[in-house]
Amino acid sequence: MLEKTNVKVLDKVVVRFSGDSGDGMQLAGNIFTNVSAGVGNQVSTFPDYPAEIRAPQGSLSGVSGFQVSVGKGVHTPGDRCDVLIAMNPAALKQNIRFLKPGGVIIVDIDSFTEADMKKALYVTDNAFTELGITSQVLEVPVTSMTKAALADSGMDNKSVLKCRNIFALGLVCWLFDRPLAAAEDFLRNKFAKKPAVADANIKVIEAGYNYGHNIHATVSTYRIESDDPKPGIYTDINGNTATAWGLILASEKSGLPLFLGSYPITPATDILHELAKRKDLGVKAIQMEDEIAGVCSAIGASFAGNLAVTSTSGPGLALKSEGIGLAVIAELPLVVIDVQRGGPSTGLPTKTEQTDLMQALYGRNGESPVVVVAPASPTDCFTMAFEACRIAVEHMTPVILLSDAFIGNGASAWRIPDDDDFPEIKPNRVPRELCESGEWKPYMRDAQTLVRYWATPGTEGLQHRLGGLEKDAVTSAISTDPVNHEKMVQTRREKVARVADDIPLLEVAGDKDADTILVGWGGTYGHLLTAAGELNAQGVPTAFAQFRYINPLPKNALDVLKGYKNIIVAELNTGMFADYLQAKLPGKDIRRINKIQGQPFLVAEVVEGVKNILNNK
Amino acid sequence: MEQNNNNAEQAQQFAPGDFKNSSPVRWCPGCGDHAILNTLHKAMAALGVPPHMTAVISGIGCSSRLPYYMNTYGFHTIHGRAAAISTGFKVANPEMTVWQISGDGDGLAIGGNHFIHACRRNIDINILLFNNKIYGLTKGQYSPTSARGFVSKSSPYGTTEDPFIPAELVFGARGNFFGRSIDVELATSVEVMTAAARHKGTSVVEILQNCVIFNNGIHNPITDRAVRADKTIHLRHGEKMLFGKNNEKGLVQDGFLLKAVTIGEDGYTLDDVLVHDAHTPSNFLHQQLAMMDGDSLPLAVGVIRDVESPTYNDGVTEQVAAVRAKKGFKTLRDMILAGETWEVK
Repeated sequence: MLEKTNVKVLDKVVVRFSGDSGDGMQLAGNIFTNVSAGVGNQVSTFPDYPAEIRAPQGSLSGVSGFQVSVGKGVHTPGDRCDVLIAMNPAALKQNIRFLKPGGVIIVDIDSFTEADMKKALYVTDNAFTELGITSQVLEVPVTSMTKAALADSGMDNKSVLKCRNIFALGLVCWLFDRPLAAAEDFLRNKFAKKPAVADANIKVIEAGYNYGHNIHATVSTYRIESDDPKPGIYTDINGNTATAWGLILASEKSGLPLFLGSYPITPATDILHELAKRKDLGVKAIQMEDEIAGVCSAIGASFAGNLAVTSTSGPGLALKSEGIGLAVIAELPLVVIDVQRGGPSTGLPTKTEQTDLMQALYGRNGESPVVVVAPASPTDCFTMAFEACRIAVEHMTPVILLSDAFIGNGASAWRIPDDDDFPEIKPNRVPRELCESGEWKPYMRDAQTLVRYWATPGTEGLQHRLGGLEKDAVTSAISTDPVNHEKMVQTRREKVARVADDIPLLEVAGDKDADTILVGWGGTYGHLLTAAGELNAQGVPTAFAQFRYINPLPKNALDVLKGYKNIIVAELNTGMFADYLQAKLPGKDIRRINKIQGQPFLVAEVVEGVKNILNNK
Repeated sequence: MEQNNNNAEQAQQFAPGDFKNSSPVRWCPGCGDHAILNTLHKAMAALGVPPHMTAVISGIGCSSRLPYYMNTYGFHTIHGRAAAISTGFKVANPEMTVWQISGDGDGLAIGGNHFIHACRRNIDINILLFNNKIYGLTKGQYSPTSARGFVSKSSPYGTTEDPFIPAELVFGARGNFFGRSIDVELATSVEVMTAAARHKGTSVVEILQNCVIFNNGIHNPITDRAVRADKTIHLRHGEKMLFGKNNEKGLVQDGFLLKAVTIGEDGYTLDDVLVHDAHTPSNFLHQQLAMMDGDSLPLAVGVIRDVESPTYNDGVTEQVAAVRAKKGFKTLRDMILAGETWEVK
């Protein structure tokens, strides 16, 4: 027995579940994540799934992965994994590159038959030597053990095989000393309506766990350290759900009903799914006939007085451009959520990228400034979705929220906020004295913020007409006057610029006194923070700042950056944010680390990138 | 300010002038839009919905300037999207009466998708479709309702495509209200518009409108006073389908099709003439009536189909209320705490 004979204590550990896209790897990974979060670990997940719903079984294109890091100081799902679970030869071939040197591989040896090998395009009969694997491999008969565990269950073969993932999960739970009871609770909940399936899965997870106990192999088990998290009630949340919930909180805090007009698109659809469920909280989430109708229905709802949102990904944002322009000139609050994916065109629909930045900033006709914000992590999606709503409503402007596939699908543990953690949102209503004097005009605005007043249809005496044609700054009637147009263009620009008075300052982490600052924006936060930490640990002093407010920038941002000799912008595109900053910092030579592979950064890549830039100076 | 939705309690009487504003109307002199604007003011007064509970939403085109001439809430939006914007507006604020103004280019070309989906969903809006078979604001290109062979600036040798018949699109999209009028027939327009507004669900009113500059007289073969009585038929629910100067003609069933006859000729009597039933659920006969084009059969004006069916906005509102009542969450926090959570002390 190897129980407790060789226990490694680790700060954090990375596990990667991989198998056929029908093998339930996402479920196994999710349960492991939940159970780990429940014992107080920080968690960060990275579901890496193919665009095809069901690629040919056993094929390389059908491999689905789920990587999770658990422990303390966890800000990313990890560059590489300590343990790789591969349910078939295709999964092994596709995922071996993610294994750390010295990591452990668990395979279902029952699915390494000649036919399986052929489907995964192996040319020899030994997958392990062919791939040059020197790591320790645990060859576990997952399929036959699962069948044995369920021999008396009366279930058909197909249903039995669906439980293979849970056997593997049981084994992983043993390996990492996870409490089985928590996993079993999860299974009971998941299959609440199918108690027989729940029973079968619980039987299988125990079989997997016990198998770990009973094998006679030299393998390390692990004990994973936990941080001391802030007291409170926690749940496990992914970025898309967090986004949906942030919108709902904004609805509660503003007193405005929440309206979503949307159209299905990967990887943003889960926001529509979640809000459609949240009719139980009064949300009106409607699926329209196309992306354009999605944004246009939201603009209609905004005119009608709701908190109006549309959700999409890059191709959909392109289709919504004209509508967003209408909201710009009509000066209506509108939240546009773009969960970025690889482009151009259909591109890499399930993979992550930060390539819609320029589209968000500039992708409309005419002078058409909007506010752009970007959440830094799955849980920050909640905060920034709330912020997007707050800014849209209080500043009467469209706000684009640039999430991405990585944080949208990734999950971490999240402390459920207390009621007073977020402020009230105050719509800029028409002041009573303007109503009563009859002087009010639709484009009258607050002198300080330049925000126009919002009159809700249904209010007696405030009937007014909005539209896409330019309006006179004073009378609000249609105007083609040249000087008036320039004035209105400048006013709309300045209104958005003054949002800077209403957002937090940029914070610098890491070694603030360093010569070098590593800069990122949006969903790369975890990787860049970790990279900055490693650089400092390796004796390369590095400051770090992540931008969540892109337009306008925080008021102190340019001054902060000017204080550093080396500014290095790391982003998942060819340098869009670097270009944006460069235009504002003409005296500085902004350096770049870029990756456009549909995958998040690896921490090691960023560390290397920074060192290379500094050494080449 | 609080919303004031109690229009029933107020039971106010409105004059057409209450729905007008002081903006100068900028359509060309002689444009059919002037007459339609006036009839809309009259129809709104007849309906008695207060101006502040009325919204007029348009796309782009000559007709879409109309909201600027209303003393209601109004939104002149972007080309083709008025149906989608109206849908969001009505779902968000279902107490409001919503009118959508579109032309044949705005509603049926660039906005065709939104148009058919509005009809399919049965969102409770009133679509006034100004059909002049031309793009006026861009100075004279053929539209999706222009006849095959139509010569215009963008079809100098004539078009090589067939037009949409708006009614056919409405029925194809399972629409439940279709009416038709002619810009200069003020009484008919008021009648059809008020019926459209009273109908719960998507109402489409096609108005044959004359573009005096780029397509002057396009409807004349039907609407000219000299021929109108013989070329058109005014359908009214429950009444015989009669037409002609002295109502001497009628529509009768001829197999599966309709036939125009003169009463007293070929053995036809008044008893043979069909009675219009706008409320029958089947759209079989409605479609035949709506497709009559003034050639061998008179073009139908009036309310052709007016059938009640559940509206989209009611469906959304009722579902939200039902799910809320069942789940009983007051706040987001309640909902989250009812899910999978753990406590850190």
